[in-house]
Amino acid sequence: MSDILKIENLTVAAEETELLHGVDLAVGEGETHVLMGQNGAGKSTLGSTIMGSPEYKVTGGKIIFDGEDITEESADKRAKRGIFLSFQNPVEIPGITLSEFLRNAAEQQTGKRVKLWDHKKKLAAAMEVLGMDSSYADRDLNVGFSGGEKKKAEILQLLILKPRFAILDETDSGLDVDAVKTVSKGIEEYRKSVGGTLLVITHNAKILEELSVDATHILVNGRIAKEGDGKLAADVLENGFEKYVGEEN
Amino acid sequence: MKEKTQVTDIDRSLYDFRYEEDESDFLEGGITPSIIEEISKEKNDPEWMREFRLNSLEIYNKTPMVNWGASIDGLDVDNIVTYIRPKTRMNKDWDSVPDNIKETFERLGIPQAERESLAGVGAQYDSELVYHNVREEVAKSGVVYTDLESAMHDPKYAELIRSHFMKLVPPTDHKFAALHGAVWSGGSFVYVPEGVKLDIPLQSYFRLNAKGAGQFEHTLIILEKNSYLHFIEGCSAPKYYEAGLHAGCVELYVAEGASLRYSTIENWSKNMYNLNTKRAIVEEGGKIEWVSGSFGSHVSYLYPMSILNGRGASAEFTGITFAGEGQDLDTGAKIVHNAPDTSSYMNTKSISKSGGKSTFRSAVVVNKNAVGSKSSVNCESLMLDRISRSDTVPVIDVKTDKCDVGHEAKIGRISDEAIFYLTSRGLSEEEARAMIVRGFADNVSKELPLEYAVEMNNLIGLEMHGSVG
Repeated sequence: MSDILKIENLTVAAEETELLHGVDLAVGEGETHVLMGQNGAGKSTLGSTIMGSPEYKVTGGKIIFDGEDITEESADKRAKRGIFLSFQNPVEIPGITLSEFLRNAAEQQTGKRVKLWDHKKKLAAAMEVLGMDSSYADRDLNVGFSGGEKKKAEILQLLILKPRFAILDETDSGLDVDAVKTVSKGIEEYRKSVGGTLLVITHNAKILEELSVDATHILVNGRIAKEGDGKLAADVLENGFEKYVGEEN
Repeated sequence: MKEKTQVTDIDRSLYDFRYEEDESDFLEGGITPSIIEEISKEKNDPEWMREFRLNSLEIYNKTPMVNWGASIDGLDVDNIVTYIRPKTRMNKDWDSVPDNIKETFERLGIPQAERESLAGVGAQYDSELVYHNVREEVAKSGVVYTDLESAMHDPKYAELIRSHFMKLVPPTDHKFAALHGAVWSGGSFVYVPEGVKLDIPLQSYFRLNAKGAGQFEHTLIILEKNSYLHFIEGCSAPKYYEAGLHAGCVELYVAEGASLRYSTIENWSKNMYNLNTKRAIVEEGGKIEWVSGSFGSHVSYLYPMSILNGRGASAEFTGITFAGEGQDLDTGAKIVHNAPDTSSYMNTKSISKSGGKSTFRSAVVVNKNAVGSKSSVNCESLMLDRISRSDTVPVIDVKTDKCDVGHEAKIGRISDEAIFYLTSRGLSEEEARAMIVRGFADNVSKELPLEYAVEMNNLIGLEMHGSVG
C-alpha cells in the first residue's frame, strides 16, 4: 500500500532547543498507526509539526504527504489536503458556536457552501454517535467544556470534516472508561465511514483494544527507537518502555 | 516557517466618497458673534434661542480647551466652517430628494433599511434635515418625531423644548458643549406620550459631506411615564484632507417607568474629531440602555452619561470600540447613582490594531442617597498586534457603604495557539483572526438591531481584510 505520509530525517526545534533529532516515519494509506513514548519524548511535537504548528521550526528533513513535500506549508493548506489533528488541549474560542465554527471550517476546506439544514442534520447525527447533548452545538467552541467534552468535540470535528489523515494526540487521556468507549466508537465510525488513515498517540490499553493496529512506533528522546506491528503496542503497555529506552542508550 | 506580517491599513474606501459642495454656501470660517447672529437669523430662531447661542459663544470663548485624554492638537476650530446649508429643504418623500444626495444615501443603504423595519428616517445631510418621514402609525400613536428647528416653532412643543434644551448638558459643561450651544444645527426631536410603547425603532442617520465642516446636530428625546422607545443613530462620513469636527449633543429624558434604548454605530472617516456629548436622566423605575459602536474617526471622546435620579432607575451600557492605524479612540461611559436601589451594568469591548489606541474610561459615582444600589462594570480589550495599545481608566467614586460595586477588566492578545487551532481546521490566518474578533465582539453585536449587527460584522471583515500578508 502506498504511503500517505512519509517523514524523512526530520529535525525540529522550538526556541533554539532541538526536540526531534532525525525522525523517519512512514504511514500507509488506510492504516492505523500508534505512536508511543514516555512523557517528553516528542510525540506531541511530532504530531503538531505534521499539522504545521508555527510553534515548532523544522530545521532539517522533509514531510511528504501524498507524494508532495509539505514541509513549508501553512496549517490551513495542510488541513485542505486532508490532514487533521485532534488537540490534546483544544483552545476555547468565545463568541463562535461549535456549530457555526464547524460549518465555516467545512466550507473553507471544501470551498463549497454548506447548507445550514444539511449541516445541522449531519451534526446532530454525529453528536448522537458520541452521545453529546445537542445543546453543545449552540455553545461557544470549547468554552466551559469539561476535559471529556472537549475531547468528544474534537472527535465530532473528525466526523464532520472527514479528513484523509488524522492525528489523535492523547484524545483518550483523562477520560473515564465510558468516555473512552464513546471516543473509540467515534473513531470506529470515522474508520468505517471515511476509511481514513490514523496516527494515534496514546498510553491507553483500552483504546488499543478497540482499534485494529497496523503498526507501532516508539519515540525515545526525539528519535524512533523501535517499530513493529500491533503486538509491540500491547507489549509496551504490559512491560513498559524501559527496554526500548535501554536500546536507544 | 510562515512569517506573520503587520496588519495593513483599513480599507475605508467604501465610505470615502463625496460630492463637490457649492462654495457659495459657506459662511466665513471663524466663529464671531456676527456669524452666530447670521446662523440664528438663517434658522429663524425664536428670540430665546438667539440669546442662548450668543451666551454659549461667550462661554465658549472663556472656557479653556480640554487638556486630558487623546490629543486634539490637530484641530483648529477657528478654521472650521460650522454651517453648511444643503441645496434642499426638508423632504417627506424620497423622490423629491436631489439625485446626488440620494445617491450618497443609497450607497449607505438608508432607503432599504427604512423599507425593512424602520419607522421614520431623519437623515441629516450636512447641517440640515433633507429627508424626514414618519410613518402614519407612529404619528397616530401620538409620537412626535421631527427636526428640532420645526418643533421650536410649533406652539405645542415650543415650551417643552425651551425647558429641556441643553438643561442636561449645559453649555458650561465643557468647551465643545459651549460651541455646540452656539452653532448647533439640525438634529431630531422625539416626544413619546405617557404609556405609549413604540415597538418599531426610529432611526436617524447623520452624515457630513463638506470639507472642513463641523456637524453640531442636537438630539432631544423626551419619554413620558411608562413609555418605550428604541432610537437608532448612525453616522458615516466621507474622508477629507482637513480635520473635521463632530460635536453633537444628545439629551435624553426618561420619566418614571419609561424605558429608552439608544443605539449608535459611529463610523466617521479617519480624519474626524468626534467630541460628542450624550446624557440621559432617568426617573423612578425608568431604564436607559445604550448600545454604542465606535469604529471611525481620528480622535474620539465619547462617554455617554446616565443619571439615575429616581428609586429603582437602571442603566445598561454595551459598547464596542475598534481603533486602527492612526486612531485614538477614548470611549466609555459615566453613571451617576443619585437615588436608592438604582442599578447599572456596563459591558464594553475594545479592539486595537496597526498601532491604533483605544482607551476605556469609565466613571461610576454612587451618591450618599443611593443606598442599596448596584453597579457592575466589565471591560475587555483585545490587541491584534504588538504595536497597538489599549488602556483602561476606571473611576469609582462611592459615597455610601450600603451598595454593591464591582469592576472587572481584561486585556489580551490573540494567542498563536488559537490561530493554530483554527488554521488546523482549514481557516486561513486572516479568517481565523477575523473569526476571533467577531467572537470577541459577539455579545455586543447581539445587542444591535439586525441590520446594524450585519453592518458591524461587515466592518470587522473590512477592517480585518488584508490584515495578514
